[in-house]
Amino acid sequence: MALLQRVAEQGRRVVRFTLDGRPAEALEGDTILTAMLTNGDQLRRSEFADSPRAGFCLMGACQDCWVRTEEGERLRACGTFIAEGLRLVSASEWAAEAASGESAS
Amino acid sequence: MTAPFQSSVIQPGAIQPVIVGAGPAGVRAAERLVAAGLRPLMIDEAARGGGQIYRQPPDGGFTRSKAALYGFEAAKADALHRTLDGLRDRVDHRPRTLVWNCEESALDLLCDGRTETVPFTHLILATGATDRVLPFPGWTLPGVFTLGGSQVALKFQGCTVGKRVAFLGTGPLLYLVAYQYLKAGVEVAGVFDTTPLPVQARALSGMLRDPVTLAKGLWYVGWLRAHGVPIHNGARPVRVEGDGRVSALVWRDAGQAGGREMRVDCDAVAYGLGLRSETQLADLAGCRFRFDAMDRAWLPERDAAGRSSVAGVYVAGDGGGVAGADAAELAGERAALALLEDAGLPFDAGRATALDRRLSRVAAFRRALSAAFPFPADWADSIADDTMICRCEGVAAGTLRAVAVNSQAREINRAKALTRLGMGRCQGRMCAAAATELLARALGTGPDGVGRLRAQPPIKPLPVSATPRFEAAAS
Ligand SMILES: Cc1cc2nc3c(=O)[nH]c(=O)nc-3n(C[C@H](O)[C@H](O)[C@H](O)COP(=O)(O)OP(=O)(O)OC[C@H]3O[C@@H](n4cnc5c(N)ncnc54)[C@H](O)[C@@H]3O)c2cc1C
Ligand code: FES
Repeated sequence: MALLQRVAEQGRRVVRFTLDGRPAEALEGDTILTAMLTNGDQLRRSEFADSPRAGFCLMGACQDCWVRTEEGERLRACGTFIAEGLRLVSASEWAAEAASGESAS
Repeated sequence: MTAPFQSSVIQPGAIQPVIVGAGPAGVRAAERLVAAGLRPLMIDEAARGGGQIYRQPPDGGFTRSKAALYGFEAAKADALHRTLDGLRDRVDHRPRTLVWNCEESALDLLCDGRTETVPFTHLILATGATDRVLPFPGWTLPGVFTLGGSQVALKFQGCTVGKRVAFLGTGPLLYLVAYQYLKAGVEVAGVFDTTPLPVQARALSGMLRDPVTLAKGLWYVGWLRAHGVPIHNGARPVRVEGDGRVSALVWRDAGQAGGREMRVDCDAVAYGLGLRSETQLADLAGCRFRFDAMDRAWLPERDAAGRSSVAGVYVAGDGGGVAGADAAELAGERAALALLEDAGLPFDAGRATALDRRLSRVAAFRRALSAAFPFPADWADSIADDTMICRCEGVAAGTLRAVAVNSQAREINRAKALTRLGMGRCQGRMCAAAATELLARALGTGPDGVGRLRAQPPIKPLPVSATPRFEAAAS
């Protein structure tokens, strides 16, 4: 199930959010990537390969970790902290239009 | 909260230095400028200062000590963090702020979804480096992370990327992160170093120039061996297997005639082949680049003090060539002294000379490091046509080879236009090294013979709502 394993710093305050419609828990100071991958094993699906993706660099270089909220907002999961009540989707596909709209290239 | 700028217009004759990056190089540069009475603006995407190596955990109840977080480097990390704290009231530090464009005398920023333009008279680029990778089958599976990313998970989040992790690639981080993972209590399935043992053994004599670094490296290796972790030199990745996530790494050993294929069960792979400099802003600033054979990459030209080819623009630290944290601190301070000198302000010439002397030794250290952990230059031969090279746009190796062989693309920017490789969200950060190697091999030239992938604003994706100025300029 979970891709990431917590091995330290587990005394932090619990933050509740929703992952694919189900309630889930993270800890204060988790990135969205940590929150999602300690509760599951993917962040999104690639529009090209129809394959799951779970980020790669964790430092804002690869851009593989963009996720969607239920409201359609896009967030870079490794660079955005989890917040109470966020409603995240792990199965969303990246539409080509979204990619070009975003990088304007 | 950060205070808004007093003014976005610089008074004539005034000096407004801007530093991009709050890592070892950026912080030491800021310290020097503040000592000279200037008030630099220091911008970093990260929530807290420290850069990559001395990255600090977020606010919110993290309690590990610096000794636990930074090991042998704890004292240096602490010193840098203290300097940063001490500068708080004398530097405009803008965390969580991306610099996404650079023009002649202004930077475009993004913070909390809002863009802003800030002018500068002098610019120090201390943008650091991130992992260098070469694709191989399965590298996009969930559970494959970069070595640096695997360390970020641990240092910044208290997590490991798996329960049984294989460490693959080369470079000092390979052994360091494997050691840190083992200490964190997860299983290390093995260290798979692409460098053959005889090469590494020969290079050790060069490392004697820096006995402390050598001793630390040997300590990690010794500790891993003492805890029963298998270390394989001369290993080559074949593929990562798994249905939706990693279940095994298949690799080839260093035997004659290509060696045997072996499989090791694991639920994660931490992978990296050294680091690559983050050079996009130097490119947009108009800096001249040269091909650096040691980094096997195009780097901004700089003199010994860090001056680029553009007056008033300086490049310091790993962003101008990978040399590690100690060198970054020296280079940041040196660039600040050059800035002061160029601005006609008093500066400590004796200190500059002392730094020059220490920095001249860095070149020898860089040579020793790249000899001990060489780039696997044979990679391009081993990669099948159907291997996905570009994880953003899904471009395969064969597509790139085809445009090269048809002679439509003898240059990497042409190949980009034809295949979309390097056009995606990462702007080639993950694929440029691979594309360069493939194109060069297909055209029978070296990696210096196919040109340099040019940077384009925005250098990282912006939310659609935040692009008015840029879109107006682009359309
Ligand atoms: C994960 C990792 C671990 C490392 N561990 C070691 C180690 O143990 N020992 C060692 O010697 N070296 C290590 N290195 C190498 C490391 O890069 C250098 O040691 C050192 O951190 C370089 O300092 P720097 O100031 O040049 O850059 P960095 O420390 O990389 O700092 C650059 C800063 O610039 C910021 N930045 C870059 N571009 C932008 C932009 N466009 N907008 C806003 N901010 C930007 C980044 O967020 C970053 O904080 C490591 C590197 C990585 C990636
Ligand atoms: S994981 Fe690479 S940008 Fe987030």
